[in-house]
Amino acid sequence: MEYVLEVSQAVFALALAPLVVGFVRWLKARMQNRRGAPPWQPYFELVKLFGKEVVVSQQASWLFRCVPYIVFASTLTVTFLVPFFFVPGPLDRVGDLLAVVYLLLLGTFFLALAGLDPGTAFGGMGSSREMTVAAIAEPTIAVAIFSLALGAGSTNLGRIVTQALGNPATAISPGHLLAFAALFIVALAETGRLPVDNPATHLELTMIHEAMILEYSGRYLALIEWAAALKFMIFLALLANLFVPWGVATDITPVALAVALIALLLKLGLLSLLIAIIETRVAKLRLFRVPELLGVSFVLALLAVTSSFLLR
Amino acid sequence: MFIAYGLGALAALVSARKSLGRGLVALGAIAGAGAGLALGATVIVTGVPFTLFVPELLPLGGGLALRLDSLGAFFLVVIGVGAIPAALYGAGYTAVYEDGRASLRLLGMMFNLFLLTMSLVTLADNVLTFLLMWEGMSLTSFFLVMTEAGEERTRNAGLWYIGMTHAGLVMLLAAFLLLTGGTGSGAFADLRSIAPSLTPAVRDIVFLLAFLGFGSKAGIVPLHVWLPRAHPAAPSHVSALMSGVMIKMGVYGLLRLTLDLLGGGPAWWGGLVLAVGVVSALLGVLYALMEHDLKRLLAFHSVENIGIILIGIGAGLMFHRYGLMPLAALGFIGGLYHVLNHATFKGLLFLGAGSVLHATHTCNMEEMGGLIKRMPWTALFFLIGAAAISALPPLNGFASEWLVFQSLLGGVNIPVPEVVVVMPVAVGLLALTSGLAAACFVKAFGITFLALPRSSEAAHAHESPFSMQCGMGLLAVACIGLGVAPFAVVPVLGGILAGLGGLPDTRAEFTYSVFLQTPGVFGQMSPTLLALGLLFLLGVVPSVMWLLRLNYRRRLSDSWGCGRVGQTARMEYTATAFAEPLKRVFAEIYRPMRELTVDFHPGSKYFVQSIEYRSEITPWFDQSLYRPFLESATFVAQQVRRLQAGSLHLYLLYIAVVLTLLLVVARWF
Repeated sequence: MEYVLEVSQAVFALALAPLVVGFVRWLKARMQNRRGAPPWQPYFELVKLFGKEVVVSQQASWLFRCVPYIVFASTLTVTFLVPFFFVPGPLDRVGDLLAVVYLLLLGTFFLALAGLDPGTAFGGMGSSREMTVAAIAEPTIAVAIFSLALGAGSTNLGRIVTQALGNPATAISPGHLLAFAALFIVALAETGRLPVDNPATHLELTMIHEAMILEYSGRYLALIEWAAALKFMIFLALLANLFVPWGVATDITPVALAVALIALLLKLGLLSLLIAIIETRVAKLRLFRVPELLGVSFVLALLAVTSSFLLR
Repeated sequence: MFIAYGLGALAALVSARKSLGRGLVALGAIAGAGAGLALGATVIVTGVPFTLFVPELLPLGGGLALRLDSLGAFFLVVIGVGAIPAALYGAGYTAVYEDGRASLRLLGMMFNLFLLTMSLVTLADNVLTFLLMWEGMSLTSFFLVMTEAGEERTRNAGLWYIGMTHAGLVMLLAAFLLLTGGTGSGAFADLRSIAPSLTPAVRDIVFLLAFLGFGSKAGIVPLHVWLPRAHPAAPSHVSALMSGVMIKMGVYGLLRLTLDLLGGGPAWWGGLVLAVGVVSALLGVLYALMEHDLKRLLAFHSVENIGIILIGIGAGLMFHRYGLMPLAALGFIGGLYHVLNHATFKGLLFLGAGSVLHATHTCNMEEMGGLIKRMPWTALFFLIGAAAISALPPLNGFASEWLVFQSLLGGVNIPVPEVVVVMPVAVGLLALTSGLAAACFVKAFGITFLALPRSSEAAHAHESPFSMQCGMGLLAVACIGLGVAPFAVVPVLGGILAGLGGLPDTRAEFTYSVFLQTPGVFGQMSPTLLALGLLFLLGVVPSVMWLLRLNYRRRLSDSWGCGRVGQTARMEYTATAFAEPLKRVFAEIYRPMRELTVDFHPGSKYFVQSIEYRSEITPWFDQSLYRPFLESATFVAQQVRRLQAGSLHLYLLYIAVVLTLLLVVARWF
């Protein structure tokens, strides 16, 4: 039964991910006084892309054709480790937060290689920038994990959620709030959101993620887009459930699961709203100002650890 | 083992036919390394030390004493793991020297003697044996570095290497002299019993000297300057051994001396090792990022990985001091595991770089590109090595870095708040290091192997011979195996450490379970199951797509070039451009020098005739630390030169003066 739930969690996340992306886009459009495409537009796009033929660069090697599958599979593997509405999952022991971070880095690594493969200037530019941002986001993630682990006594996601559920006071402790802020900034950077990257543009000077995948088309592009949406969903779920764990089911009863599902949707909706507001209010940063933003997030994470240690 | 290495060395000297000689050299080295591996494995499994005492040899220093305990055995295994593929690879690689550029006899003999002396370092059981073998290892490797002595660059590298290694030897001599405390006995067993009775100040000095001495071999910042010079100069299979295995002897010496002989020390020892480890890791990877010579890049990554190893060991030493034994064991296990892993993936990467050099005759990444199509196997092996060194799951770098991370996270258990508050900084910088390493290997693999060839050499590259592919293949398999099966390695490492400096036997904590966990279950994960999951999903996704009968048409076309037709290699991103954002971000550390010269048309400054851009990065410690020292040394040497006038009468006068002085001194005292 637990395994069925674990698998259904992952399938649920996979199915919902495009909707979350579409929802943020729709909210943004509304806030900018546009009508916008409906939230379920990304599904149509995926179907369209899966139905199209693939155009592959003559200069690219076999790696270019493998990368979409590697990226999709590694992101999907992470999905099995993240608690969406039920803890502790039976697969919780397979990977902790560090494993989650490095599995996501695996996807980024191969995507960056694929950006270099067709030999265009755009791809290289995107790869270079993506790896720069990924590298300097890494310390914040590690220290934020440290801070969370300090509170829960474990780096495993299920344990962190259960501990926080059992001790609600930790959720509003200063350490937790600071770590949330730090991880939120990193989540924006890692998922290619404003003010680090603009997901809605194909303007060459500002592109990061989009420049890297410029050569992809058809089903390859569909896989990469879906994986990107899934990564976004994973970060939102981590922010929602690690810091505000209320509602997550700890026992398998229909009522608890229904409550958990509604709570999750509510939390995802609120976070989407927050991101839509930020994306409407702030402009994109210059690339060389991004390290400053990530530096801020690193300091926040450090403060989080210090305060959660001193107030322990 | 001795016989095999000896025969290998002899074969190199006497062999008449060169290809046969190369084969015999490799065979001798492989047999010797295999014997060492078997001996090491036996000692580790049975737990019974192997001893051999020959008092007739070296009678002054207490005889030739050899004793292989489990710590030494582990390093002997590391030597075997690194040496067998390197020797196999060398059999094919050294064929390029048949044109007489270098002496194959010298190379073959020194290669075997190098492996022999290095193995004996792990076996030495008294000070004299240890130092003799240490020096033997340094000298033979010096000759290996000097293989292509015809080139200016190589001679320069050899000079740096021999200088640094002898500076280290002086430190070690002083450390051991202090440690023996005037008792005269150099046996390690005696040192172990003397050590607790030494005053803390002496122990501190011994530790510092040993740290500097072993550190100069290991390549810690700022004593790493010889690594990026010597590794590119040496033949590639030798670089693989020096970088993958020999620098680990510094780690072995440090562990042997601080943990075993001295039995651990105050917390600042561990703190110092940890801090130096963090600095080495970060600076190593930062300079690697700016490096566009493939082998120099790898050499800087050795500095980084030694840093990661020292982070584990430093954390272990700190926990050891505070009595947190399971955590101390975790730190040491993380460090030792990384030693083994680094030997495999760095060996693999150097061999890969050697194949590229073999095919394109250059190490400059800006002249490569597109090699994945012409050297598919080398590219695949290099990719595995690159992913492993970037700590990507499920390869071996991830397993050991995870353990090091977990041991640092365990730092919250230290009862001193000042220490605990500093721990997160170490965690953050270690994470930054691994992120930057991933960026660096995207650059190294992407620019070298992907896209279009940037020079005609790269366009006409050829795959390397079978023996070289075998060497790389063995190491690639080791990278994957060590990555997915840490459950088989970690308990063994726990057993090795049991009893060293009072460490408990942790085999009960680190059981042979598929799940890797830390003591007190702070974290749990299973690379084995992660690998299975990844593989499963990699299979499921395409199968589902096939079942859904998606569009499978594929069309080949040009890359999109903004409407420009006919793509050339000049449109590609270069290694310099790839690293540029990070160069700007860390400009404070690099302090890059830029020079922009624009030539205008004499008529109007709106017509540019030529633009010249030059950017250079010189590591500032080369400037500020070594240059004054080298300048003063040269100055002294210049002064001393005046004594040597070449006149026989003057020399006779010197002799007379010195003799008289000696007689006077002898009369007085």
